[in-house]
Amino acid sequence: MSTTVNINEPILGLNNRLAADNRALLDAHGIYLLDLIASPGAGKTSTILATIAALRERYRIAIIEGDIASDVDARRVREQGIPAVQINTGGACHLEAAMLRRALDALDLGALDLIIVENVGNLVCPTDFYLGEDVKAMILSVPEGDDKPLKYPGIFQVARAIILNKVDTLSLFDFDEEAFRASVTALNPTAPLFALSATKGQGIEEWTEWLAGQIDGKAQIDGKAQIDEKIQTEGKAQIDGKGN
Amino acid sequence: MHELGLMTGILKQVEQAAREAGAVRITCIRLVAGEMTEVLPEALEFALEALGAGTLAEGATLVVEQPRPRSRCTQCGYEFEHDRFHWMCPVCQALATELLAGRELYIKDMEIER
Repeated sequence: MSTTVNINEPILGLNNRLAADNRALLDAHGIYLLDLIASPGAGKTSTILATIAALRERYRIAIIEGDIASDVDARRVREQGIPAVQINTGGACHLEAAMLRRALDALDLGALDLIIVENVGNLVCPTDFYLGEDVKAMILSVPEGDDKPLKYPGIFQVARAIILNKVDTLSLFDFDEEAFRASVTALNPTAPLFALSATKGQGIEEWTEWLAGQIDGKAQIDGKAQIDEKIQTEGKAQIDGKGN
Repeated sequence: MHELGLMTGILKQVEQAAREAGAVRITCIRLVAGEMTEVLPEALEFALEALGAGTLAEGATLVVEQPRPRSRCTQCGYEFEHDRFHWMCPVCQALATELLAGRELYIKDMEIER
């Protein structure tokens, strides 16, 4: 005879608990963590290098590089004299909280203000995985096309800031910036949109000043109250379906 | 997204709950995955078939409820259902809306035989 057993547990419950632990650890050290998401080739590493150049005098920075294989990106960052930890996911298409924790354990957290995580190049899978970050930001590059918000709405909605990279190539591609901005605003009206060229330097200042404001804002608030709230909302969001 | 990975976690959770309930077999698993998540029900069904073999959930049916996104306008207070792409308030056209439903991702319940 058949019996119904109630469960009501988040599917990503374990990941969320580990992410909350990561967040508590980061907050205890007063570190701001940015999870950067984009497709392969959108310019994640170039944007990170430009961000390092702009902010390294003000903040102690480290980078966590998520890739399926290789440590090419981590080496590029280390050449700048910035600590970098490579996570090779060995085929997995996104980072999870447990992987981030191993990378955090390899860093000297007492000597850092900002960690930027370069997630695996992918616009789908990283979207639903909370790592313990303060914000997720995403990069779309001009050659990818202005229709991407319509094809990958999830990431455009979860991101707290959106970067349009490679704007120096706008004249070479059939990219309708106005249509792109309209789609982004419809999906995510509150996220700021930064149009920049990471390799040419155009627009970098607006982006890094926004990021600096976020980091300084975190330093001024009571971290403990904020994590408690974050842990509750992340777990609950997956049961009641509200945005996180 | 990576439905095999999700199903691995789901099977672990339901098998544990089933053993605690004294089940010999799980006949049905019910999940809730809002339309705003990146989950594909067909891929989950395939994952259950592939990974469920040899577990208590072998041959179990999978039911995935997909709640429609629903938002409340922060300007005029109107509550409305919408698709993944359009959140604008249909009454006052404001874009500042708060998502009330659509990002659910949880195991609701299961049917077992003792």
